[in-house]
Amino acid sequence: MIRRVLNPWVLFAVAVLAVAGTLHNDYYLTLLNFIGIHTLLVVGLNLLMGYGGQISLGHAAFFGLGAYTSGILTATYGVNPWLAMIAGLLLCGVTAFLIGVPALKLRGYYLAMATLGFGIIVYIVFTEALSLTGGPSGLVGIMPLAAGGWKIDTPKRLYLLIWPLLGVIMAASANLVDSRTGRALRALHESEAAAQSLGVDTGRLKLMIFIWSALYASLAGSLYAHTLGFVAPASFGFMFSVKLVVMVVLGGMASIWGSFLGAAVITVLPEILTAFHDYEVIIFGAILMAVMIFLPRGLVRGLLDLWEFRRYKKKGGMVA
Amino acid sequence: MTASNPKTVLELAPLLQYLISGLTNGAIYALIALGFGIIYHATTIINFAQGEMVMLGALCAISIYHIYPSLPLAFLGGVVLVTLIGIVFERLALRPVKDPNPLTLIIITVGGGVFIKGVAMIIWGKEAYSLPSFSGDAPFRLGAATLLPQNLWVIGLTALVLLAMELFFRRTLVGKAMRACAYNARAARLVGISHGRMVQLSFALAAALGAAAGILIAPLTLGVYDMGTMLGLKGFCAAIMGGLGSSLGGVLGGLILGVAESLGSGLISSGYRDAVAFFLLLLVLFLKPQGLIRGGS
Repeated sequence: MIRRVLNPWVLFAVAVLAVAGTLHNDYYLTLLNFIGIHTLLVVGLNLLMGYGGQISLGHAAFFGLGAYTSGILTATYGVNPWLAMIAGLLLCGVTAFLIGVPALKLRGYYLAMATLGFGIIVYIVFTEALSLTGGPSGLVGIMPLAAGGWKIDTPKRLYLLIWPLLGVIMAASANLVDSRTGRALRALHESEAAAQSLGVDTGRLKLMIFIWSALYASLAGSLYAHTLGFVAPASFGFMFSVKLVVMVVLGGMASIWGSFLGAAVITVLPEILTAFHDYEVIIFGAILMAVMIFLPRGLVRGLLDLWEFRRYKKKGGMVA
Repeated sequence: MTASNPKTVLELAPLLQYLISGLTNGAIYALIALGFGIIYHATTIINFAQGEMVMLGALCAISIYHIYPSLPLAFLGGVVLVTLIGIVFERLALRPVKDPNPLTLIIITVGGGVFIKGVAMIIWGKEAYSLPSFSGDAPFRLGAATLLPQNLWVIGLTALVLLAMELFFRRTLVGKAMRACAYNARAARLVGISHGRMVQLSFALAAALGAAAGILIAPLTLGVYDMGTMLGLKGFCAAIMGGLGSSLGGVLGGLILGVAESLGSGLISSGYRDAVAFFLLLLVLFLKPQGLIRGGS
């Protein structure tokens, strides 16, 4: 009974509601909203990296496609924001399918390169297609989302949309990972040949998880566009793709809760360290290298491992 | 879409001009592509930090030139410095990796590239620096097009370097040892070739080639801390187009890419210039992932 009450998802829901009831500062709520959007992106990328063993170096492009689809359809054509969001999901799903089918047949570096090239092309289109995207200065006048006559345009209302939605998606992802599909994915990460020999259709599985992660990114993009009311290409460049990888690596690959932690740390850091901006790129590079070399299971998991290891040694246990 | 200039496509003069600038850039891509190929052969790593070596070459040479204005010294100094950086990078970031799977290695080299770029931004700032051309700026006329002496330097020196590399791999003991390693690392180890040394050497060579590319192009494009990423990626496109590891393929890939991109920016729109390269990359990856040159295998 107690275990059921202490279920992390119940705690998550309680925490989200408690924050909603007690926090009224717009700045902090907005920060939380961005953490939520980043977490959504990172959970998706983590499914691909941590469970699929593949990497996307162009995830900012799917985020951008979602954001621009929502932005252009609502600001320029006055389409209902929810329909625009669905249009973004469709666009990203189809695009991910078209890129994924050929790239995932190949191994190792090919998805990384294909997504990288794709990301740069999408970024260039955002910058150059002036009449559609507003070019480098961006697209303004994006309509807020609305639910039954209520405009979701204050940080508090956005918070009440983003965080429950995030909770549901994280729970669904955790469920996916613990399912038969999730086990197949982990087998795939360990050894593609072994997974194949056990009857896992590895190609289909990789494609599915890639599309899945693109859909998360698209949804995050739509939420981002409606949160900010404005989108510009600079938010969707190669550096943002790298930043997402940093969040995954920091939180730990193959960890849903770690994704939340990685996103939170990297979103909050620039806010508390004003000097962070100048050194941002160096810090990101250092995190990527250091974590992958010394704690390849991610910062949190790695530190926990180290701690357990030391405690074990203190007790006088033999180390295998 | 931006409106394209109202010029007729079949005019010859601009075509020749595009060809000249395309071949010049293509030569640079070829040098970078060769660096990718050498490392890939020795380690099966794609070094995403390779582009930053190009940037470091250009900026180091420019700084040396500011201290002591001699171009040969700046060239040599830049190449030597960056070669050392390449060796240090391999030693510190890649050798300690315990479980070298592609995902880990991609993340580490991407991180390394980003790190080097960030350090360069702190050292040199965000402004662009110039390096004088190797022998003046008086253009030659070539029919209706003009040719800068630097264009010839780039193409000529690239050809020379590629020839030297080819001789190194075919005629010297060390070069043959590297090829043996690439062919079958275990067999090479059995006959006493140190794989670690060869990996180190491959990173040194690739860094040197990248640096040379950066210094050659600097008089034409200026040197700036963020020039490396794009050049590196295009060098990679060239390497993939040519079939990774084939040096002739890398050269052809580089030249094709350079000319295609120059024609694309001249005839369609200069804003989409960089998109041409990545469009070609995607096309090659999807249609002929083994590269254009290796064809059937």
